Amino acid sequence: MTVCEEAMAELSEKLLTILSERNEFDTLDLSIELQFDHQRLVGAVKSLQSLGDVITCEQRNSKQWELTDEGKEIAEKGSHEALIYESIPLEGINQNELLGRVPNGKVGFSKAMSLGWIQIDKAAKDGPRVTKKVEAIEDGVKEICQLVKNFQIDKITDQQKNECKKRKLISEVKIVSYFVKKGTDFKTSVSKQEIELTADMIASGSWKDKSFKPYNFNALGLPPASGHLHPLLKVRTQFRQIFLEMGFSEMPTNNYVESSFWNFDALFQPQQHPARDAHDTFFIAEPEEAHEFPMDYLEKVKTVHSIGGYGSQGYKYDWKLKEAAKNIMRTHTTGVSARMLYQLAQKEKFTPSKYFSIDRVFRNETLDATHLAEFHQIEGLVADYGLTLGNLMGYIEQFFKKYGIKKLRFKPAYNPYTEPSMEIFSYHEGLKKWVEVGNSGVFRPEMLLPMGLPKNVSVIAWGLSLERPTMIKYGISNIRELFGPKVNLQKIYDNPLCRLDK
Amino acid sequence: MIELPANSINQMIIHPSTAAVRPFAVAAILRDITFTQERYQSFIDLQDKLHQNIGRQRSIVAIGTHDLDTIQGPFHYEALPPKDICFKPLNHKKEYTAIELMELFSTDSHLKHYLHIIQDKPVYPIIKDCNNVVLSMPPIINGDHTKITLKTKNVFVECTATDLNKAKIVLDTIVCMFSQYCAAPYRVEGVKVVSPDGSYLMHPELPYRKEIVSPKEINKSIGISEDASSIASLLTRMCLPSVIIDNGQSLEVEIPPTRHDVLHACDIIEDVAIAFGYNNVNRTISDTNCVAEQFPVNKLTDLLREVIAAAGFTECLTFALCSREDVADKLGKNIKDIPAVHIANPKTLEFQVARTTLLPGILKTVACNKKMPLPLKLFEISDVILLDKTKDVGARNQRHMCAVYYNKVAGFEVIHGLFDRTMQVLEVPNNDYKFIPVDDAAFFPGQCADIMVRGQNIGKLGVLHPDVITKFDLNMPCSVFEIDIEPFL
Repeated sequence: MTVCEEAMAELSEKLLTILSERNEFDTLDLSIELQFDHQRLVGAVKSLQSLGDVITCEQRNSKQWELTDEGKEIAEKGSHEALIYESIPLEGINQNELLGRVPNGKVGFSKAMSLGWIQIDKAAKDGPRVTKKVEAIEDGVKEICQLVKNFQIDKITDQQKNECKKRKLISEVKIVSYFVKKGTDFKTSVSKQEIELTADMIASGSWKDKSFKPYNFNALGLPPASGHLHPLLKVRTQFRQIFLEMGFSEMPTNNYVESSFWNFDALFQPQQHPARDAHDTFFIAEPEEAHEFPMDYLEKVKTVHSIGGYGSQGYKYDWKLKEAAKNIMRTHTTGVSARMLYQLAQKEKFTPSKYFSIDRVFRNETLDATHLAEFHQIEGLVADYGLTLGNLMGYIEQFFKKYGIKKLRFKPAYNPYTEPSMEIFSYHEGLKKWVEVGNSGVFRPEMLLPMGLPKNVSVIAWGLSLERPTMIKYGISNIRELFGPKVNLQKIYDNPLCRLDK
Repeated sequence: MIELPANSINQMIIHPSTAAVRPFAVAAILRDITFTQERYQSFIDLQDKLHQNIGRQRSIVAIGTHDLDTIQGPFHYEALPPKDICFKPLNHKKEYTAIELMELFSTDSHLKHYLHIIQDKPVYPIIKDCNNVVLSMPPIINGDHTKITLKTKNVFVECTATDLNKAKIVLDTIVCMFSQYCAAPYRVEGVKVVSPDGSYLMHPELPYRKEIVSPKEINKSIGISEDASSIASLLTRMCLPSVIIDNGQSLEVEIPPTRHDVLHACDIIEDVAIAFGYNNVNRTISDTNCVAEQFPVNKLTDLLREVIAAAGFTECLTFALCSREDVADKLGKNIKDIPAVHIANPKTLEFQVARTTLLPGILKTVACNKKMPLPLKLFEISDVILLDKTKDVGARNQRHMCAVYYNKVAGFEVIHGLFDRTMQVLEVPNNDYKFIPVDDAAFFPGQCADIMVRGQNIGKLGVLHPDVITKFDLNMPCSVFEIDIEPFL
């Protein structure tokens, strides 16, 4: 047992002895009688109580007057007015000097004046002068405080009590005390109940002679020491899983820096499009420009933008290499999709393919509670002969079904690089309305044909952000709680299994 | 287009001086138009919208609309030195020179954004009539003389531009939208625009184009099976009038000037699908069979994440963009020595560079969670970005793993142990890796080492220098390691 526990055991035994002599006691009375701290007494009573029916306990609420800190100081050192009085030398003293000598000088001064202990000569040269008026004083307030300290409050009149209360020397506190009597199982010595079975007890067999406290099943157990995965990345793992289950291969998206050529031009997004503005896109100061492109393909891209061809009117503007060479932090992962489709087109024979990616993209837009400069884009695409718009909707339906969404609708939309384009909506049971869950479309021939993909191959694609479904699923309203350093670690510790379809 | 006798056609003459600043211009006239308050407001709104998007904030195309009855053709579009331009701008009481106007509008909340388009040029564009009355100084402001009111009956529309095609599209859009309010509805009066070389064109061109499409192809693309006449009527409903030709094998689709967005047959296919109703199309999967492959570095990352979490560490997700200080000064290094990608014009400090190490992000996460019980054990496996001349864009990503132990005592052996565990699960025997003590300004002297695996330096581990700890607003000791995991692929 520790020192504390030993002292407690001793006290408990003492209380039992008293109880056997007197049959009953009140903790408050006892604490005054024994000059023992009431709280420690209560502690000992409580520990006796936990042993079962050794004692019975009746709670009593009472009020008691106690000295405040100021009151305690006065009980010890004397009241402010007495101190003022004692600080005045025979010849008197300048008022300001006097006030400086005694803490709470002003209060003491005015009290001493009203009690008639001191007098002041306002007309004195060197400022107002204070002298003693009486020869000796009786420090009544100090006496009262001492009485309170010694629990002799009944010796004080109500008037005196009120004055002390006004001067904040005493305060009324609620005391919870106990009236203790012998219980049905009363005994004068206590044996503590064991909590745990130990190896020694098993070896020696001593467990047979001990009494054991029943386990408290109402409290929580000890949380295991564990590490945790990040909530958003757990959702990413699940989406990766969905794509892999559908037979989609993962694209190599490990390049955050992309050239405008792959990010925009190859996707048939014109060079004067507002999305290529500095206020939407992060342009790079170093390395400022990309310096290598598949030149044959680049010429074809230039042609389809500026003149047309491949069945298209084109945009009819001056396409500039310098603009295409500008490096940016990619605004979508579709640039990688373009690279992959270009690679696919260079192969001898076209093989139908299904690709996906989930990775980071960057936008230089206004930030608010649901928008950061960085977020994750999920993208899936299928390239095959004769794919239809109906197929696109079919794949999207399958994908979202694995995510637990069964009701989907499509609405016309616009993307520079897909036509037809569709916004994907699902019905949110909680909000009781249709909410947008993604974007999709069929890549334009102006994008695919210059790459060299066969004419009757069509490529369908869809995308969504990773953050939005995660925030909806976990009821998070500020994206900074999910992504970035301001995440609350406790939320990561407590985050449940990521079950997308539940 | 309204037919007019040759001598009553209005002309706009483009002078060679405009080539230096804003070479192209087109114009048209809306005759006998009737404005109401609503139509007038809509007229202004359309011009604003066109200025904003296709006009690319007026830098590519600017529009001026004028009360034709207050001016007299032929009109002259030229560019003059600012001091030679003087007129009363719209809604002002007195005349100003162009120089004074630049000054005057520099505090105008709306116009100040456009001044830069011409401000530093030696000559400013200006359109005048034959009596030298100023119509406008594009792209800034019109003259007050020609301002349009609800009573205006004849409107002169001019578009000046740096891209002729876009100017035509803008002009076509305005006249198509508003000619319905003319006394002869949907009729517009042309203006002969004479180029500096003497050649001329009638504007607006209002081109109608015909595109031949195949109903069979349309059905195949969408995944429906409608007959030719049904498709033709769907298209006509979408304002692309279509007729069947070739015995139903093809459709001839007329594309009006209001549909300059129709560039390719696929645009027509979309219109068919929209008219049919996206939600009426059958949803089916194709039988594209593929065996899926994971991207190797992502596969390795996901396996490692599980192991590090099982070892008691918690995963962070931090930003790839940060301040220069985060990757240099705060780690005791000079930014000139860091092979980082720098962002041009970052709006705030937070977006100055792309991170070259995962450590600052994790340390910031610790700083935001100082009230959590110690020790804090955090990790992240994610990409950093480094300059790389061998790549086509000049930079590459590299997959790093970084682990941090933050506690009342440095606990170096904990981080060391985690690293050993990482080597164990990657099946790297103890003999194949070693630590070479090294000096690094970010680390406490004598408590930092380079990690060599099979002779290759893959990263560092050690106790962080107290300066680093304070600079990241932390107050406990910290042990870390950061490695490149790509050698383990």
